[in-house]
Amino acid sequence: MTAYDVEQGDAVHPGDPVRVDRYTPGARVNHWITATCLVLLAISGLALFYPTFFFLTALFGGGEWTRAIHPWIGVVLFFSFAGLFLRFWKANLWRAEDGTWLARLRYVLTNEEDKLPEVGKYNAGQKVVFWSMSILIIILICTGIVIWDQYFYPLTSIEQKRWAVLVHSLAAVTIICVWIVHVYAAIWLRGTFAAMTRGQVTGGWAWKHHRKWFKELVTGKVSDRATGS
Amino acid sequence: MAFEFELPPAPNTDVKPMFGEADLVRRSASSVPPPARKLTEMAKLIDVSKCIGCKACQVACLEWNDRTERIGFNYGVYDNPVDLTPESFTVMRFTEWVNPETQNLEWLIRKDGCMHCEDPGCLKACPSPGAIVQYSNGIVDFDHEKCIGCGYCIKGCPFDIPRISQVDHKAYKCTLCSDRVAVGQGPACARTCPTHAIVFGTKEEMKQHATDRIKDLQSRGYKNAGLYDPPGVGGTHVMYVLQHADKPEIYAELPKDPRISPIVVFWKGLTKYAGMAAMGAFAAVGVLHYLVSGPNTVKPRDEEDAERLVGGRRS
Repeated sequence: MTAYDVEQGDAVHPGDPVRVDRYTPGARVNHWITATCLVLLAISGLALFYPTFFFLTALFGGGEWTRAIHPWIGVVLFFSFAGLFLRFWKANLWRAEDGTWLARLRYVLTNEEDKLPEVGKYNAGQKVVFWSMSILIIILICTGIVIWDQYFYPLTSIEQKRWAVLVHSLAAVTIICVWIVHVYAAIWLRGTFAAMTRGQVTGGWAWKHHRKWFKELVTGKVSDRATGS
Repeated sequence: MAFEFELPPAPNTDVKPMFGEADLVRRSASSVPPPARKLTEMAKLIDVSKCIGCKACQVACLEWNDRTERIGFNYGVYDNPVDLTPESFTVMRFTEWVNPETQNLEWLIRKDGCMHCEDPGCLKACPSPGAIVQYSNGIVDFDHEKCIGCGYCIKGCPFDIPRISQVDHKAYKCTLCSDRVAVGQGPACARTCPTHAIVFGTKEEMKQHATDRIKDLQSRGYKNAGLYDPPGVGGTHVMYVLQHADKPEIYAELPKDPRISPIVVFWKGLTKYAGMAAMGAFAAVGVLHYLVSGPNTVKPRDEEDAERLVGGRRS
């Protein structure tokens, strides 16, 4: 069996409990830069979309600063996310078991994971989040540039800008919903948060949630190097 | 030797603006209490048939509003500047049109600028509370202190009027000389127009005046002469008398049936509410799910299984 979704840096450390390296320091820093940008973009974007939230512009130094800084944060996020994409895209390719997993989503919600197929480094839910984020960020940066009047005003017509601002807001609402799913899953599934902070999860967590990945890690080639000491 | 002189008394110290904050009927990204009184609706009437294209209105506008237009570029046409700018709130747009019925060359000169819509798209699109306001006399005004320069007003406007300054990144357009109207004066352009092609008064008076003008034009063979007061935006407080009111588009693309773009209406309407509902629903389902099912925890048995797998391999 090929270790298709064991990534660089994934490793198992025997002990009580078993510790599993899930994210490299680089991936974690990359993730948190992206996360910070996304939160700042959501706050400033909501402030410019909903009059009720306009007061949030104060966090950025007022309305003008919010208008000026929002697109630049978007640019940082775009490149930061591009880094995450390059790191994670391979392990997020759709696999046979993902369809089954998604079809049995209700067992996920009822904590009956024994009724689900074993999954690799990412389950179908995480893959949906990953690909949604990827597509939405491309939509957001493209439509964002169209409405970034300070630098790109002459390049498009007013009608195109109207479409862009509408699509931008729809994509933004969608990505916030995806983000809620992402954050909720990290809170709900105990032991997950540590993966993105310290980079490690327990063996039990890996066994419970990503058994295929864990088994590969222990039995496959990559795990040989990591646990061979 | 010291100079000794007395400053002349400031003129008109007792002049009080005749309308203000209390007369707002609309305020961008916020609401206003219904005003206690209703001002008489005012309007500017531009009689295109009387315009001689002298651009005195452009000069008066720059002068009164204390704007300085850059030295421009001659594009080979009379339009100068060639488009509205953050400085020039009004421009004359010249069209040479051959009337297919008479084969006459007609020189159509339309003074372009803010139409002061009854239903202003700019105000609808504006995200900054109070940056765009509408008074009960019909004047739509920008408050530059509150403008954040996002350019949403440009997307909202059905007439392509507001322009963002690259200097201070704020939106500019005709104010209908709200500061002059507030002290009983007409707009600078109307005051300066040598042929009285631009006149200013109550909307009723202006409509009456237009009716007389249209009658005159019709008696001179302009059978389609008419008033441009487009109902799609609830009527405007800048109106045109057109020789060919059935074809407003020949006047440098004056829209035939202007209305706030449905895209803007959807963006500022349903998208906003549906978006809030969607985000709220996702968050609510998350909270509910947590309350009902509790956290998903890794059990000691899972850890044992993991140790067995790792240990089993090692032994």
